[in-house]
Amino acid sequence: MADKNGFFDLSKTTLSRRTALKGIAAGAGLALAPGFVRYSQAQSSAPIKIGFQLHRTGIGAAYGRWYEKTSAAAVKAINDAGGIGGRKVELVIEDDGTDPARGAEVVNKFAKQHKTDIVFGTLFSHVVIGSAPAAGENKIPYFVVSEGHHVASTKLNRYVFQPGITDVKSQIQSMAPWIAANAGKKVTQIFPDFAFGYDHRDYLPPALKAQGADVIAQIAIPPTESSFTKYFPQIPAETEVIYHVMVGPAVLTFVKELGEFYGSQRPQLFGFIDSLEAVDINSPGLEFLDGSHFWEGSPRYAQPDDSAAQKAYRAAVGIDDNGAAVGDPKDVSTAAHMFGCWETLYVVKKAMEDAGYKGPEDRAKLVEATEALKEFAEGPEHPQGPKTFNGKIHQCFGVQNISKVEGGKLKVVHKTKIEDGLYEPEGDYTTQAL
Amino acid sequence: MHFGPHLLLAALEGLVTSAVLALTALGLSLVFGVMRVVNVAHGEFFMLGAVLAWAVSTAISGHPAIGFVAALVIAPLLVGLVALIAERLVLRRLHYNPEGTIVATIGMLYIIQQLALTFYGPEARPVEPPFSYRILLPWFGYSGYKLSVVAASAILLVITWLVLTRTKIGLIMRATQYDRETAQAFGIPVERVYAGVFAVGAMLAAIAAVLIVPISQAHYLMGQDPLLLSFIVVIIGGLGSLRGTVVAAVLIGLSDGIVSMFFSPTLAKIIATLVVAMVLVFRPQGLFGTTPR
Repeated sequence: MADKNGFFDLSKTTLSRRTALKGIAAGAGLALAPGFVRYSQAQSSAPIKIGFQLHRTGIGAAYGRWYEKTSAAAVKAINDAGGIGGRKVELVIEDDGTDPARGAEVVNKFAKQHKTDIVFGTLFSHVVIGSAPAAGENKIPYFVVSEGHHVASTKLNRYVFQPGITDVKSQIQSMAPWIAANAGKKVTQIFPDFAFGYDHRDYLPPALKAQGADVIAQIAIPPTESSFTKYFPQIPAETEVIYHVMVGPAVLTFVKELGEFYGSQRPQLFGFIDSLEAVDINSPGLEFLDGSHFWEGSPRYAQPDDSAAQKAYRAAVGIDDNGAAVGDPKDVSTAAHMFGCWETLYVVKKAMEDAGYKGPEDRAKLVEATEALKEFAEGPEHPQGPKTFNGKIHQCFGVQNISKVEGGKLKVVHKTKIEDGLYEPEGDYTTQAL
Repeated sequence: MHFGPHLLLAALEGLVTSAVLALTALGLSLVFGVMRVVNVAHGEFFMLGAVLAWAVSTAISGHPAIGFVAALVIAPLLVGLVALIAERLVLRRLHYNPEGTIVATIGMLYIIQQLALTFYGPEARPVEPPFSYRILLPWFGYSGYKLSVVAASAILLVITWLVLTRTKIGLIMRATQYDRETAQAFGIPVERVYAGVFAVGAMLAAIAAVLIVPISQAHYLMGQDPLLLSFIVVIIGGLGSLRGTVVAAVLIGLSDGIVSMFFSPTLAKIIATLVVAMVLVFRPQGLFGTTPR
């Protein structure tokens, strides 16, 4: 009988360590390779096509899902009201895997293959920074909803805008007085070890210094870390406030382990809600957060003084009074950030209509029309609140909320003013050629 | 914090890492030792265990301990079943060819991961620990559950060792590992042993995941780190050696805990990788491995 299966072939039965390593290397290589991408062609030139660079997978996936829901709701509202300049709007979605290299590929694909009018929707700052050059090369306007300071720093290029959410530098500057006055003067910072975290690392110390408070320790944690107790001994004993801002899938572990470490004997906590975005604040192990404070871009829980616009926005996106998906209380939204998608799409609508935008040949006009914008009034198009826009640095400035955890809910206790967050522009995009 | 308590905390954290790592790596080592299959999808069985633990514990109401115990039983069984099906449909058809199975398990990795993303979603979801006792030390608080993970893992390791050395099943497995042809000649149903070992390997990873999931949530990408660390442990300990796996897991876990606490977590990873390189250069068969015949 022929040994078809190779059962008795001794040379085949032992697997050398070299082969094993080859397999491991191949596995690692594959894990890094860009994923399979869908190709689709424009069916018609009629609708305005917005390329949506979405964190559908990777560490930003929880945000991505809610960015998608919010954007879909905004596009529906815009289309129901007649679209942009009478044309329907269509979102073309590509997953960037929350990865900078893939982000740039996605932007190229939107520009060259889908031929979308603009690119929109990126959150994670390293993806924005990685994708911005591709947007500049393709001369395609790139509207991000990222919160990072990179757009306003004027280190990117003229095609990148952030008109829907305030940048971190401004947020920190506007909240520092409250932190110094109400939480404590000796602050230890815990932040993710990448671009977004560095904004916090770089802008909090000077902002607190101006208020007579000090950052006494800075602890950077890799965004893919899954256990955190090992970092906590680095927190100095004299710390009065722990300022935490974490992102990624392990945020709940971070907060829980902080609770196990300190128990009720904890310093004051001031966190960016990023540390608990998409996480139920009533999850087991989070009881110790009671009485601590969080930054929120837009409040997760419905507040007694919510405007009609805020209520309409929440209903359109489909979140209940607790900030969870209607019908699924466990599906908690990323309310503090996702409003930026809604508002950015309305800014795009306004700018396109101002520019008399017809198609990709008018992209330069769209850039100039966006730069000419000055203010966004609070209302159905801007439910989070009023904003000013600085066309030179492509950044908007709005109000920030400081919320206290009380009885398992987040209650807004302080709202900053737009003026609190204004700073000297670091440059001027409008001097760059189009 | 003073040096003493600091070191204690580092050691505790390291022990928890070791405990979970030892179980996961043992599964990988067993599959390699007996079947000579490098299971790249091992981390995904780990992830699947955590995800199923979430599903089971949320489906069962009442005291969290009931849900957790149910998850501890049901999740590994389901993962074992998935592994069994994968073994039947994929590995057996490749005749356990070493190169072929590597590629096939890479494929399985992606299939399982994307199915989890599709049906479970991108969120990290918590599982309530069966009890939430906080041990209050004079210098810091520590989760009592974390310590119980170490104990549970130690018990499971002892059971595995007893099964391998004291039972007939263990004897059959060891015989198959030692010499497949001779074992087959003596009437051992090698294919069934392979199927069983593959399922048990996956189940060990799943048990480790159920134990860890109340500490760190279930997430569809959580299989990557354990896979990498398991490979490191198995290479250091010697492919196919139970004792080596456990020793290497404790070594890597403790050094990870202590180095990352006193220096930086990145340095801990650098050291672990360096140790792998050194072992490969100076003792290619691993600390306790035997040279391939």
